[in-house]
Amino acid sequence: MALLEVQALSKSFGGVNAVQDLSFEIEIGKIHSIIGPNGAGKTTVFNLITGLYQPSSGSVRFDGSDVTGRRPHELARRGMSRTFQNLQICFNMSALENVMVGAHLRLDQRLYCSMLRLPGIVRRDAVCRDEAAELMRFVGVGKYIGAAADAMPYGALKRLEIARALAARPKLLLLDEPAAGLNPTETHEIDQLIQKAASSGVTVVLVEHDMKLVMGISDHVLVLDYGRRLAEGSALEVRSNPEVIAAYLGVVAEGAGQPA
Amino acid sequence: MLSQTLQYLFSGLTNGAIYALAALGFSLIYNASGVINFAQGEFIMLGGVSAVMLTSAGVPLPLAIFLAVLITAAAGLLLEKLAIEPAGNAEVVSLIIITIGASIFFQGVAQVVFGKGQRALAPFTGDAPIMLAGASLLPQSLWMIGTGAVIVLALAWFFERTRLGKALLATAHNRLAAQLVGINTRHVLAVSFVLSAALGAIAGVVSAPITLTSYDVGIMLGLKGFVAATLGGLGSAVGAVAGGLILGLMEALAAGYISSAYKDAVPFVLIILILFFMPRGLFGARVTERV
Amino acid sequence: MRRYRGLALTAAIIALLPLALPNNYYYDVAVRIGMNATMVVGLNLLIGYAGQISLGHAGFFGLGAYASALLTARYGWPPIAAMLAGMAGVGLIAFVVARPILRLRGHYLAMATLGLGIIIYMVLVNESAWTGGNDGMTVPGFSLLGVTVANERAWYWVTGAALLVAITLANNIVDSPVGRALRALHGSEVAAQVAGIDTARYKVKVFVVSAVFASAVGSMMAHYIGFITPQVSSFFHSIELVTMVVVGGMASTYGAVVGAVILTMLPQLLSSFEGYEMIVFGLILMGTVIFLPRGLLPTIAARLRKTG
Repeated sequence: MALLEVQALSKSFGGVNAVQDLSFEIEIGKIHSIIGPNGAGKTTVFNLITGLYQPSSGSVRFDGSDVTGRRPHELARRGMSRTFQNLQICFNMSALENVMVGAHLRLDQRLYCSMLRLPGIVRRDAVCRDEAAELMRFVGVGKYIGAAADAMPYGALKRLEIARALAARPKLLLLDEPAAGLNPTETHEIDQLIQKAASSGVTVVLVEHDMKLVMGISDHVLVLDYGRRLAEGSALEVRSNPEVIAAYLGVVAEGAGQPA
Repeated sequence: MLSQTLQYLFSGLTNGAIYALAALGFSLIYNASGVINFAQGEFIMLGGVSAVMLTSAGVPLPLAIFLAVLITAAAGLLLEKLAIEPAGNAEVVSLIIITIGASIFFQGVAQVVFGKGQRALAPFTGDAPIMLAGASLLPQSLWMIGTGAVIVLALAWFFERTRLGKALLATAHNRLAAQLVGINTRHVLAVSFVLSAALGAIAGVVSAPITLTSYDVGIMLGLKGFVAATLGGLGSAVGAVAGGLILGLMEALAAGYISSAYKDAVPFVLIILILFFMPRGLFGARVTERV
Repeated sequence: MRRYRGLALTAAIIALLPLALPNNYYYDVAVRIGMNATMVVGLNLLIGYAGQISLGHAGFFGLGAYASALLTARYGWPPIAAMLAGMAGVGLIAFVVARPILRLRGHYLAMATLGLGIIIYMVLVNESAWTGGNDGMTVPGFSLLGVTVANERAWYWVTGAALLVAITLANNIVDSPVGRALRALHGSEVAAQVAGIDTARYKVKVFVVSAVFASAVGSMMAHYIGFITPQVSSFFHSIELVTMVVVGGMASTYGAVVGAVILTMLPQLLSSFEGYEMIVFGLILMGTVIFLPRGLLPTIAARLRKTG
């Protein structure tokens, strides 16, 4: 069953066609990757799916309903969660609070109840705090549990953002370049984290440049070029697709066909 | 009927010229630094106040004007060096408060030096009104409109033809790129403040004979200048001029045909309407955020 | 418990301060400090925590003041009813203008709120048939259930209680999902959105809450002073309020209180600088924001944490 269906999605920015007539499906429970050269429109696709941009045309269906053009917070309510290429961490809050924000929808959001500090709110906040700490350990930043967000190194912050996204207990997790700016060891840790998350029942879609990461963990790969679909299939199929190689993997062409 | 409309037109253009100059000052600084300088109105005030003080001390008018502009330009430089630069990459709220603080500071200085009263500068070429199709126009108004026009042309030449002007434009478009080609953007920032202050001072000097000057004229003028700049599109020189003239005209027409009590409300109602429906203004650039 | 330390300290100060106040003049200053502090605790939620700007909040203050004045003086309403009516009315106005205004950011938001404040001011000045215009209008004293709050000392206790209530409410909001949502929208609006926070609605909520705080304090101030003029809604008053938040500490409830203390006492302290008040005020404003950008209290707290 397709968790996410994108149909004929297009987006142009004043004459520049960032995404053109794109259609694809995301299957539940699998790890998908969207790759492509710089400027291929990958982050634009993410932004279209997660409601940050309005599509010029086309539709997006999530979990059976049409969500085209819906705002990000509405999509979050339906079970979509994401991280950002340019880290979007709230540096005015502690690390733990950042993760707790991710769980916002599961907490009491009524103003007058918070003004009066009703016991129910206090209790659920305490539970939320524990869950957030647990998540921080899950993603591997347990040692920063008491820290302020602005005291954490870049690699840890990338993982903190994933913890925040997971705090929402999403059905679909979109990771925008989770390995950007990370060294090989850190990338390997992210690789393991993504697999851990996927095995806990979350469908994962990632946009990535790091080919080793992509080819290693993806069940399904979609290749974009100039905003259009260039190819899709399993990692192996995509690697040996001559068009993909020509457009993108040119340097690795010599190694195509060799074992990973 | 026509003469009355014409009267409003003249009044509108006259005030519009001042608003245009104030708006240009706002746009200049905004372009160079992204800061809205709430002290812009105080540059106008300092120009007028300095000119009055110098002439009443016996300094001949042309020299007084020149010195007034110089003094105000120096104030602009001080503001940039001592308040804006040290603030670095502060939050928008902070920058706004800093320039508001500067505005209050300048008003305080003017209050001490100039007193709390209102005074007029002598009109440049007498005060016999000129009759034009039934409407009267003060010679000073012509000075105001004329000076405005000359300055706009001079600025256009400055931006198109001089290296410094082009450096200012480049910094406005993309600060990092400007730095990479060797433009000293700190220098550019200082220049834009100095230029802005000079513009304000000229506006203040040329309008002082008609509108009278006092330590607190800057507040309203500054706010109206900002409205004009936003109306025309923050950052656009053409917009600043257009915005200034349009605002002046709308005020005059509102005063004439609606109510003179609420004449001062026009800019503020206007700013709210613009910000709700047309925040980029008439000629403003499109802004897209990358996430 | 840690969270009640600050509140207990404030309550203790309020309870013990009268021992140090020799005469009514000092009580008057204390009352004004208390009222300003109550007001900016609410404003701080908007500016410090949620990261928005308002250069027009004195407008809401003035509306509350005039609502109380008009309803009690002209229509004989009981003061508490007038105050609540003012709060409801201001809340409604704030709600209506909030959504379109808060779509704006940075300087644009600042200017829109500025425009709003000035329009309110002009209406108060010009509708002199209702408001007495620049000449102002007198306001009856505040009485509840037959008991009148008559003098500075009585007002001192009323204000003290109001301040403690305000601090409690504000702190409760901050340390709750709503409070985290507000801080998140300040930290990264887009991150808050994808976490499910309807940032537009939250901005409206906090704007309305701070406006209602302002209205309530405006009503209290009107009854206390017994006379109001449109100057209570002036641009300068709005700036004073923002300054209290910025100087005392953004995103710090007690910081806002400290800011209110400093800035309310400033005219008294500056009286020796006769004629130079504006110069000194301007310098303090610039100096604090440049050198203590997070405000007095958070900077001091951070220093203590480093050395402690």
